[in-house]
Amino acid sequence: MKTVRIKYLAFLAFIFSSNILSAQSVTSTPSYLIYALIGIGLLVVFGAIMMLTDNLLGIEADKHGVDLDSGNTNMFQKIKGLFKKAAPNFVDESKFHDLSKGYDIKLQGAARGEIKNVQVSRFAVKPQNFNGISPIPKIMVELGDEVKAGDPIFYDKKRPDIKYVAPVSGEVVEVRRGAKRSIAAVVILADKDQSYRSIDVPSLDGISRESLVSFLQENGAWSLLEQRPFNIIPSTDSIPANIFISTFDSAPLAPNSNIVVEGHGAAFQKGIDVLNKLTSGKVYLGLNANEKPSSVFTNAENVEKHWFRGKHPAGNVGVQIHHMAPITGSNVVWTLGVQELITLGKLFTEKKFDTSRVVALTGAPLNQPKYVRTHLGANVADLLKGESLDESIRIIAGDVLSGEKVTTDDFLNFKDDQITAIAEGNQFELFGWLLPLAPRPSISKTFPSFLMPNYEFEGNTNTHGEKRAFVVSGQYESVLPMDIYPQHLMKAILTGDIEKMEGLGINELAEEDIALCEFVCTSKQPLQKILREGLNTLQEQL
Amino acid sequence: MGLLDIFKKIEPDKKKSPVLHTLYDALFTMAYTPDTVTADGVHVRDGMDLKRTMIHVVIALQLCFLFGTYNIGHQHFTAMGQYLGFLEGFHLKLVHGLIKFLPMFIVANAVGLGIEIFFASKKGHAVEEGFLVSGALIPLIMPPDLPLWMLVVSIIFAVVIGKEIFGGTGMNIWNVALLSRVFVFFAYPTEISGDQVWVSGFDSMAAGAAVDYSWWHTGLFNSLFEWMGIAQFDASAVVADGFSGATPLALAYEGGWEKVTQNFSIAQMWWGDIPGSIGETCKPFILIGAALLIATGIASWRIMLGMVIGCALTGMAFNAWGATPFMDVPWIYQFYMGSFFFAMAFMATDPVTAASTNRGKWIYGIFIGIIGLIIRIINPAYPEGWMLAILFMNTFSPLIDHFVLDSNIKKRLARA
Repeated sequence: MKTVRIKYLAFLAFIFSSNILSAQSVTSTPSYLIYALIGIGLLVVFGAIMMLTDNLLGIEADKHGVDLDSGNTNMFQKIKGLFKKAAPNFVDESKFHDLSKGYDIKLQGAARGEIKNVQVSRFAVKPQNFNGISPIPKIMVELGDEVKAGDPIFYDKKRPDIKYVAPVSGEVVEVRRGAKRSIAAVVILADKDQSYRSIDVPSLDGISRESLVSFLQENGAWSLLEQRPFNIIPSTDSIPANIFISTFDSAPLAPNSNIVVEGHGAAFQKGIDVLNKLTSGKVYLGLNANEKPSSVFTNAENVEKHWFRGKHPAGNVGVQIHHMAPITGSNVVWTLGVQELITLGKLFTEKKFDTSRVVALTGAPLNQPKYVRTHLGANVADLLKGESLDESIRIIAGDVLSGEKVTTDDFLNFKDDQITAIAEGNQFELFGWLLPLAPRPSISKTFPSFLMPNYEFEGNTNTHGEKRAFVVSGQYESVLPMDIYPQHLMKAILTGDIEKMEGLGINELAEEDIALCEFVCTSKQPLQKILREGLNTLQEQL
Repeated sequence: MGLLDIFKKIEPDKKKSPVLHTLYDALFTMAYTPDTVTADGVHVRDGMDLKRTMIHVVIALQLCFLFGTYNIGHQHFTAMGQYLGFLEGFHLKLVHGLIKFLPMFIVANAVGLGIEIFFASKKGHAVEEGFLVSGALIPLIMPPDLPLWMLVVSIIFAVVIGKEIFGGTGMNIWNVALLSRVFVFFAYPTEISGDQVWVSGFDSMAAGAAVDYSWWHTGLFNSLFEWMGIAQFDASAVVADGFSGATPLALAYEGGWEKVTQNFSIAQMWWGDIPGSIGETCKPFILIGAALLIATGIASWRIMLGMVIGCALTGMAFNAWGATPFMDVPWIYQFYMGSFFFAMAFMATDPVTAASTNRGKWIYGIFIGIIGLIIRIINPAYPEGWMLAILFMNTFSPLIDHFVLDSNIKKRLARA
């Protein structure tokens, strides 16, 4: 390094002297202007060399796998660090990640206030919520059967050990079929008073991993887990390198986990203890540094806690994994959400499969956005009782970025903790591209709304333009706080270049991580769909 | 809504007349943002689309249009020694500028959009917005007296060979506007180089050569001006003694900075009162456009800054070398001459043909700055280099991206 530096100095001296000489040759008497020019020139030279070497060094550092975020190789990172906002006082600074990229789509209609109870009569489990399951799983119950909460109702013929269980007790009233006679949903008419299957829960002390795994699989808890890459139910023999839990959701109008977790501290901690038995590595907890998280999260034990500050997608577990302990090589990791973890914990603390869920009913068209307490897979119409919703409103199970459009006859998906209602935007708009009158969310500074960062949009489902080829560059990177080049990854998927897909980090991504990139896309490309195609192609190769 | 109903009524049949329908569709989507809603994926979409992106580049060019048009007239009268003050003879200069510029603008857009619509209807998709910008840029980078047929041929070449055969907007390798310029440059070199071409309205630039006015000047507008009682075009005027029509770059090539400053003041060059391609001369107006593009995030500031740095650095190196008078021109004044800023703001930043990774954009920009100035100073035939430098780096931008992506891939592998 030292010789390189000397070379730079020599080069600088050369340029400096030559500038004076050349300047003098033009005007016979050197003036202050000339010296000022030389000064500027020196600055430019210095800046140029720094800029060029910085980028070349960055490339070289990447090749050797050096982490650039640590600031050891990147000069500008260090300078930027001087101007950074300090970490909030409640975080552990050594495990604090300040994510500068991202965008919060601020929409009207956030859920507020106390959690209300709501009367939901029908619940369902949808086999297709579990990526990678065969289209027609084996149904273990018949129409009219009475089931208890936690009773197995179907399993995948490829992996018969893993049982999928009833979320509530009641009568099986319908097996809904989808395309090609696949099973779309198993519907249960819930009892007024819930009864639970009695479970013989083993003690966590001294239990072998195998018997714990088979216990979880037998009692439906295995389906709470999700494996990355591919976002699938983990296979029986997979041992996760680490397990990750994000304790906050930064998606638009997402429920506040602090409210959700209140009063479930013991179950949350028990769930973590169970997870620790399952992984060879650590259990990681991603905490919100934007506002002080619930003490349930901050007091959790036997986990490694990391703090994240930033806009969406800072709360996505995929983004957090990337910054805590990235997925390497052929390793797999597991993830699960806060409510799933509580269900897992309650299996041990209360010895029952309790699928209680707090669901946020959100969106500008709702009269009263609120939190409701229900169970997994609740019927949408029952949840939205009292709201007048017609054709002009789209109902989404989940958030506006990666949720699914549903009808009122439909049910929430396995991991959904939110319903969003949003106006359909099926209107023509005169000069909508040139002189947009109605405010609309955008990362572009060509819209005056960027001057009002706290403005809440009504939003609608209009595409605001037509689909085009990829034209604009650098846009996706500006909202994805990961060292990934999404546009190049998408092109690799579209051309079926498997090696490049893997190289560019497809294994680190799930649809929800790329959803914000899809939102900002000027060319209106369906990135989540492309990513899923890529993941499916890769999975077939395994 | 009345207008919407009219539009719906006149919609041509898609099967019977595909070209007409494509044209209709292009016009309709200009007037109305479609009513399509999101499906399979995100439910809300950002308000930004390609039309809005492109129109902001065109908006950023508006001052260049105004100044460029007027400057055509101003240089024309300067050559004859008339109305030497910039605002003197305002109406004559403006009218002369418009007579020269409007046909170029209309023809460029009619030909370019015609080709786009034809190919779009053949391929069965909507007209893409790429030519919105190309059509605005191409007239601005041509000399004012370029025959219209050359413009047509160059645009056909650029759009068909440069873009459509690669698959249309977003797929092209080279900047479309620059391809049309480079086509004229190589196919009709006498029309786009030398001292003869930068001032409009004369057959020859020799002293005493007669002015060449059209019916528009002498017939239509002269009778109009006569009726209004204001100054008219003088068809008997000739090129003044001592006027060469040479651009600052040509002068610098001949005799260095001294020769340039004998003919033009620094302020003149900065404010654009010099002969040159139509849109390139007025630096402050171009910089305002560049600032707009950077502020709205539409063009990459990395490329722009990279180019400035590369150019400055090379300028200093040439100052140090100092073998020819051109090399001795102080590096800062290299920015005052020629079309550096125009190329920087509007040409190099084309997102399709530039490097697409942030790190790649730095390297891409810096290398354009370096190579462009080398061509400007060393190339004996034509003292300006940005066109060739940008096309050259367009060719290499996939390679730059490849190295950046490769480092990302290697980093991921090293982690395992």
